[in-house]
Amino acid sequence: MEVQHVLNRIKFSVFSPEMIRRMSAAKIIVPDTYDDDGYPIDGGLVDTRLGVVDPGLRCKTCGGRVTECPGHFGHIELVRPVMHIGFIKKIYAILKATCPKCSRVVGKPSTTKPKIAEKKKEEESEIPSLLEEVEEKPKEENKDQKPKEKEKTTGKYCTHCGEELPEIKILKPTGFLRNGENILPTEIREWLASINDEDLRELGFDPLYSRPEWMILTALPVPPVSVRPSITLETGERSEDDLTHKLVDIIRINQKLEANINAGAPQLIIEDLWELLQYHVTTYFDNETANIPPARHRSGRPLKTLTQRLKGKEGRFRYNLSGKRVNFSARTVISPDPRIGMDEIGVPQRMAEELTIPVAVTEWNVNELKKYILSDSYPRATYIIRADGKKIRAVDDPELRKEVVENLKVGWTVERQIIDGDISLFNRQPSLHRVSMMGHTVRVLPGKTFRLNPLDCPPYNADFDGDEMNLHIMQTEEAQAEARYLMKVEKQILSPRHGHAIIKPQEDHVSGLYFLTHDDMEFTKADASNLLYLVGITKLPAPDRKKGMYSGKLLFSQLLPSDLSVKVADTKLGGDVVIRSGKLVRGELESKSMEGDVLEKIFINYGPEFTKEFLDGSTRMALEAISIHGLSVSLKDYNLSERADKKIKDTLDKMDREIDNLVMQYKNKSLDRAPGMTLKETLEALIVQITSETRNHAGKIVEEDLTISNPSIIMAKIGARGSLLNAIQMCAVVAQQTVRSKRPSRGYKRRLLPYFKKGSLTGKERGFVYSSFKEGLKIYEFLAHSMGGREALVNTAIRTARSGYMQRRLINALQDLVVYNDLTVRNADMSIVQFVYGGDGKDPMVASEVEAVEGAKQDDIDTA
Amino acid sequence: MKKTKNSIAPYEAVGVICAQSIGEPGTQMTMRTFHYAGVAEHVPTGLPRLIEIVDAKKEPKKPIIDIYLKKSYRSQAEAEKVAKELGSVFISDVASVNDDLENLAIRIKYSEKDGKVLGVTFNMLKKVIEEFSTDIRVSGSKMLLKPKPLKGKKGEKKRITAKFVRKLANKMKNAIVKGVKGIHRAVVIRDEKGEYFIRASGFNIIGASEHPAVDPSRVYTNNVKEIERIYGIEAARNAIKKEINDVMNMQRLYVDIRHITLISDAMTHSGDIKSIGRHGLSGQKTGVLGRAAFEETVKHLINASSIAEEEHLVGVTENIIVGQTVPVGTGKIKLLMKRTK
Repeated sequence: MEVQHVLNRIKFSVFSPEMIRRMSAAKIIVPDTYDDDGYPIDGGLVDTRLGVVDPGLRCKTCGGRVTECPGHFGHIELVRPVMHIGFIKKIYAILKATCPKCSRVVGKPSTTKPKIAEKKKEEESEIPSLLEEVEEKPKEENKDQKPKEKEKTTGKYCTHCGEELPEIKILKPTGFLRNGENILPTEIREWLASINDEDLRELGFDPLYSRPEWMILTALPVPPVSVRPSITLETGERSEDDLTHKLVDIIRINQKLEANINAGAPQLIIEDLWELLQYHVTTYFDNETANIPPARHRSGRPLKTLTQRLKGKEGRFRYNLSGKRVNFSARTVISPDPRIGMDEIGVPQRMAEELTIPVAVTEWNVNELKKYILSDSYPRATYIIRADGKKIRAVDDPELRKEVVENLKVGWTVERQIIDGDISLFNRQPSLHRVSMMGHTVRVLPGKTFRLNPLDCPPYNADFDGDEMNLHIMQTEEAQAEARYLMKVEKQILSPRHGHAIIKPQEDHVSGLYFLTHDDMEFTKADASNLLYLVGITKLPAPDRKKGMYSGKLLFSQLLPSDLSVKVADTKLGGDVVIRSGKLVRGELESKSMEGDVLEKIFINYGPEFTKEFLDGSTRMALEAISIHGLSVSLKDYNLSERADKKIKDTLDKMDREIDNLVMQYKNKSLDRAPGMTLKETLEALIVQITSETRNHAGKIVEEDLTISNPSIIMAKIGARGSLLNAIQMCAVVAQQTVRSKRPSRGYKRRLLPYFKKGSLTGKERGFVYSSFKEGLKIYEFLAHSMGGREALVNTAIRTARSGYMQRRLINALQDLVVYNDLTVRNADMSIVQFVYGGDGKDPMVASEVEAVEGAKQDDIDTA
Repeated sequence: MKKTKNSIAPYEAVGVICAQSIGEPGTQMTMRTFHYAGVAEHVPTGLPRLIEIVDAKKEPKKPIIDIYLKKSYRSQAEAEKVAKELGSVFISDVASVNDDLENLAIRIKYSEKDGKVLGVTFNMLKKVIEEFSTDIRVSGSKMLLKPKPLKGKKGEKKRITAKFVRKLANKMKNAIVKGVKGIHRAVVIRDEKGEYFIRASGFNIIGASEHPAVDPSRVYTNNVKEIERIYGIEAARNAIKKEINDVMNMQRLYVDIRHITLISDAMTHSGDIKSIGRHGLSGQKTGVLGRAAFEETVKHLINASSIAEEEHLVGVTENIIVGQTVPVGTGKIKLLMKRTK
């Protein structure tokens, strides 16, 4: 095995000008890139000493080609020092904290040279070295000075030499003012350079690695060409990187400045050019600095300079360093397949031919691997890696392959196409929790989509309306083992969030189970045999109904472990569900009872493998059962009886009367104001209450009228799909629409729409939809409904953005927390966050099995 | 501590699981605001409230205080009485305050109707107003107030300006006539156990506790920072836990208490409340790279280089950045193998 290099620590520091010059491979003096022949100019920005990007050329520094040479830094010698924009705040802090005359840190009593301080004290008798005395002194001096001249003073004095400290201000973005006068970078540099090491340590610097004067640049490093490669357009035209453009500007101005200085140009011109150089260097580092216009490309697009490269979502850190691209992955549309196992993933044939897995040659698999190498069609080897690391392509040349097979030894590696039974990782974005990425066994199937067992939809939050998902094939044995033993689908049946099932039957699967376990469900011997065969059970139990018929309950019981006993009291439609020693005795399974009690109990007591078998079996049985039983809805299912229609109408009329009554009370001010609300708010609150009561009442009427045989009601009650509300809105009344949890009211002056009466507050005028979806909505009702609908859409959009950011913050703040062997939770720096994880050290995923431990109970606060 | 079958696995990345368990339901939460009858409208619940807690805001958008009473005050009538005494009443609630710029005076008109409802008599009002100036002329329910002469820094008299009068009038409107400062709109509510308690908007724990009828051990507010200030960090930890749990339960999104405990412990383990985000936990992480990868990339890099900081690569992001195994879960386990030949 190769030696692993482990990176232990990284030291950050500021480059000194000497360092910049020393590491420089070339001094860049020409503000240009290529000459007319298309060759790099010596001393230009793409000097071959900085490395090469064109194939065929060799680097003058290391002699390497494009792929071998990592690139080398060059440098620009700046004629006049300029400030580094990133360090402006640091420099400001230092200038404020040090004395311009003696360069000592102000404020603290001197430690190194107490003698000098004392001496001065004696000499000028009044000059203090201690802080308290400083306070007194200024007053006298101020008085003396005031009449003479109105000079700006800070009234503060150096504790070491007694010099009056100037008032320092930042002149944005890069200038500094001393007592209102500009200080040149050269002066600042001298000031900073004269601060001694000890004082720098006091200020938090490490003078060996970073000195403040280095923050004012005299030499500018030029990054290697590989950092700023130029691209050749189709037309053959060269287009340079933004950084190169910026560097051209810098060199050009630098040269101009130098020429002017040498020619003895007036100070004013020199300072203007200096200022311009400062601007270019500033934008080179950060092109989004406040108060300066961003440097632009010819097209008007702002340049992407150094800071922009690092910053933000698309910056180097988040885009390239925290997230990395991978090979051996695939993506396509998903489609459902209840006939494959829930731990499987149907991989299209073409994908399987493309994706490979490295297999180490051992004495036990040599013969099998040889077969792959010699094969000309699908499960075949693509590459053979010899023990010395050389890769041999094993696709075309049959002679070569024969030779390889003969030489194949333990220690070599064979890369073969993936086959059934290989482990893979399957993922759907957004990956909000760990079950968004699970281990699946590969099952190669025809077609072009991934096949996913619908049981796996809830953890991925996937549906089949065009969702795409990603597949990863792991390339090391460790990764494969982890996927197989920790990430497999069946190990994730319980959610780590709450310890309840997250992989569970949904929709038709739930309906199927309900019908299957319904008392009226009977199967002939043929059907029963078929049903059991689907699950893989070949032994037919004795019939338990008359005429040799089999009950659904009996067939379902074949899936249950023989010693399982569960009792679920009072389910919605299924009554009491009773399972006695592996036999479903009474009740029909619905969503809640299935997942809550049966599924979780099986998982905890019989383990993931068994639960997987159970779920797969129940899927097939339930789907077969629903196919035999049938489940469909039609318009007729939503016809109410005349009596019920009348009742609904009466309810709505009653509501109208009540609203009218309230509005009248409101208008003649006899309405009682509720505490903390205005009269109008009281009215609205009461009306909203009435409308919701009305809807509930309508709901009761619908529920009575449609009865339990209505498929919509069945599905709603057993938790397969839809809700009672859906049924009510379809056949009775859509009811009140709301905007910002109030009745819609804005649009025109004092009315929602121009054909309402001004100031009218009845249901119709304030977004109550009297029609049902079956009848169809009136125009104004449609408007109100779409107002509510739009609000819902907007809210979802906002919510996803907000919760996404919150989750990013949560993950970032908590990602280093790990439980240690002693059950303490510690941070990356080993500081303890919890002494015992969760108060009891239990895993939330399986903790529901035991009652909450006493320690945890004490922790819960009880405010009531 | 004894380990059992359902103990947490060593080196499990519980932090990430916790963050996911709290973050993932965020997408399912509604943005609806909640209405505490009479106390405060539009009290944030769900996602906005969760973000508020996690941000460790100084003051929640709608602070609520729950005040339980001593045994002898627990009847509804008694509680109503206490609520009336606690809830603060502003001058503007019981009187109209208008500035009379022509005469440089303020006209106050007491409203008997409002005063009766809120239990403020004319004399009570007058007493409060007298604190502003003693130069008051009373006629019926009306008062005319002339501001007392101003004194400059050196004792010289200053002229009263119209601007000053207007300012004073506004100040008067918000002066408290009775009740506890910072507690408004107190309402008596019955809890699940049938006990009457007072719920109000505001968070003046000390002010409420000073009332003789209040049981000081059972005053609670949703302002976590205030709880920390008065009761200390342990109480704040429990309060964060309760608040997050309440948000989750109200949305019927069940999250194991262990996750919620972990996040509140992480926020409070340093001794004060740290927010989740760049100004709190994430901004103070060890590891320059980890901080740079989160937010304010350049700021952290510049700072690290000027103080010559060292990156020790102990966190998750840092190791991802340099391409090494992450020090959590199976990445923390090392095996030694004895090679036999």
